[in-house]
Amino acid sequence: MREKIPPLETLHQMYYYMALSRAIDTRLWQLGRQGKAHFVITPAGHEAAQVGAAMALRQGYDYFVPYYRDMTMCLAAGMTARDMLLHVRGAPEDPSSGGRQMFGHFSRRDLNIVSGSSSVGSQMLHAVGLALAFRNRGEDRVTLTGFGEGATSEGDWHEAMNFAAIHQLRVIFFCENNGYAISVPAHLEIGRVGVADKAAAYGMPGIRVDGNDILAVYETVSAAHAQTRAGGGPILIEAMTYRLLPHSNADDDSKYRASEEVQAARARDPITQFSTWLKDQQLMSDAEQQTMDARITQEVDAATEYAYSRPEPTEELLYQHVYAPGRTA
Amino acid sequence: MSEPREITYAQAVREALRQAMQRDPQVFLLGEDIGVYGGAFGVTDGLLDEFGSERVRDTPLSEAVIAGTAIGAAVTGMRPVAEIQFMDFITLAMEQLVLQAAKMRYMFGGKARVPMVLRTPAGSGTGAAAQHSESLEAWFVHVPGLKVVMPSTPYDAKGLLLAAIADDNPVIFIEHKLLYKTKGFVPEEYYTLPLATSEIKRKGKDLTLIATSVLVARALEAATQLAQEGIEIEIIDPRTLKPLDTAAMIQSVCKTGKALVVHEAPMTGGFGGEIVAQLCASEAFDFLDAPIRRLAGLDVPIPYNRELEKRAVPQVADIVREARALVRGEY
Repeated sequence: MREKIPPLETLHQMYYYMALSRAIDTRLWQLGRQGKAHFVITPAGHEAAQVGAAMALRQGYDYFVPYYRDMTMCLAAGMTARDMLLHVRGAPEDPSSGGRQMFGHFSRRDLNIVSGSSSVGSQMLHAVGLALAFRNRGEDRVTLTGFGEGATSEGDWHEAMNFAAIHQLRVIFFCENNGYAISVPAHLEIGRVGVADKAAAYGMPGIRVDGNDILAVYETVSAAHAQTRAGGGPILIEAMTYRLLPHSNADDDSKYRASEEVQAARARDPITQFSTWLKDQQLMSDAEQQTMDARITQEVDAATEYAYSRPEPTEELLYQHVYAPGRTA
Repeated sequence: MSEPREITYAQAVREALRQAMQRDPQVFLLGEDIGVYGGAFGVTDGLLDEFGSERVRDTPLSEAVIAGTAIGAAVTGMRPVAEIQFMDFITLAMEQLVLQAAKMRYMFGGKARVPMVLRTPAGSGTGAAAQHSESLEAWFVHVPGLKVVMPSTPYDAKGLLLAAIADDNPVIFIEHKLLYKTKGFVPEEYYTLPLATSEIKRKGKDLTLIATSVLVARALEAATQLAQEGIEIEIIDPRTLKPLDTAAMIQSVCKTGKALVVHEAPMTGGFGGEIVAQLCASEAFDFLDAPIRRLAGLDVPIPYNRELEKRAVPQVADIVREARALVRGEY
């Protein structure tokens, strides 16, 4: 039994964001198969970790610097089904990139969500730069950056961790360790110790948490948030998770993962685990779940219809935003 | 020579890798997802089973590891063939390639050799937007000490890759994602093509068109269309950008009096500028009866939308239009 259980409203929101993400993801794969979305990348399996992390931050004040698998995090930070469908459609109204960037590079200025990079790990340095700027400006904003364990093999990760630690910046490094950098298994990419253990080398706390347990992640990130906000320096959290689907719609995961392994992970699907727990604890009724699921279906359908009824971008888009207008040197 | 079979560009690259590894135990591969997965584009498929994980090494996500350890192994006399999964990510290996691989022999006073090859797929056309579609060849041509190869056909890919692996210098070997599935006749046995010979891909009298990589294929298609209008264009593929063989293109321009240079990378600072400069500084200058024209990518990042992506880089219709205008004097 847990000692602290968040309020009912928070618990239902958690379920809603996870289920919404899964429904959008399912729709994206369908669109991919229909040839209507040429690139799809999935958060399936990571939902508990991402919602638990996002809901521990102050929306609209703290900053998110996610990576390409963080769709669920971005939904829990305020993005909508429509935002995601416009993004995958590449519509000019796409709030993430105005139809310029491939799916998975989520961004909304009003929600303080900063677009990540295709090249793995680059965004963590930006997160540290944001935190540096906030500190210089006397703001206590916290920046959370998401990344997979694969990104910790890049020098950029170590350099970001080092610099954040030197200056005791308000950064939460949120690692979603799903055990694979596309096809390369963890033992060949991150060595003999876990990601969290490496925090010690930079003199920052490194905490491993069950990324399938949304409440554990929520508690961990909430505590980390309070600590770093109070000036306790950066914190590394390693959420242990699993990617339930191929890396992207260009991937064939049967080449590198046994189907038994994937099936076993599906049996521990974080969304089912959470909804079962909510019902066992009588914190969510069947009717409440059905109401949320119906609302989600309606939202995803409406978002799809909207995004796919928008006009194609015109040639003008090609030339816009290569440079900022206005002041020149 | 045995009868050439028709195989794809990806198969030709794989065959070159296999034959190099069979002939020389010093040759090994390293890169992301090249082992069990067989490479993001399937190029190294089956090589792990054939040669084992010591010679087909999956690396972590670290371009610095891929390029830097290849250099370290190469100076011991091994012949690493490194793969960067998308040319865009070569940006993360630039220090190793530009400051280290390129200059090590020079700075060591000739005591070291760096016989490594770095293979990487460049180019747009897959709907993968601005950070998965770059054509960055001009950066490497600018660095003394590096060789740069950019094959346009399966035959060239195999022979040039085998030559690059046998070469004692660092070679940047730039493949193109859209060429991987294209087919061509390739001899089964080991052969090399010299790293400094261009090739005339089509004979013609009205215009000299110099193109690289996937634009060679588009130029050939354009030439077929133009031939129906009575316009005969001569297409020259440099194949290696550095060292660059200018003899054939100079001779061709002396004959046609007109030159069009075509590549996918953005025009400004692109490799085409070097070709134009070489032609202008040669005897071909006296034979020019029109300005030399360039047709290249727009000076914009590659967008996600498939139609706009096509508009950002030269397509067959663009080549037809430009070539026709140049031949007719309507530029």
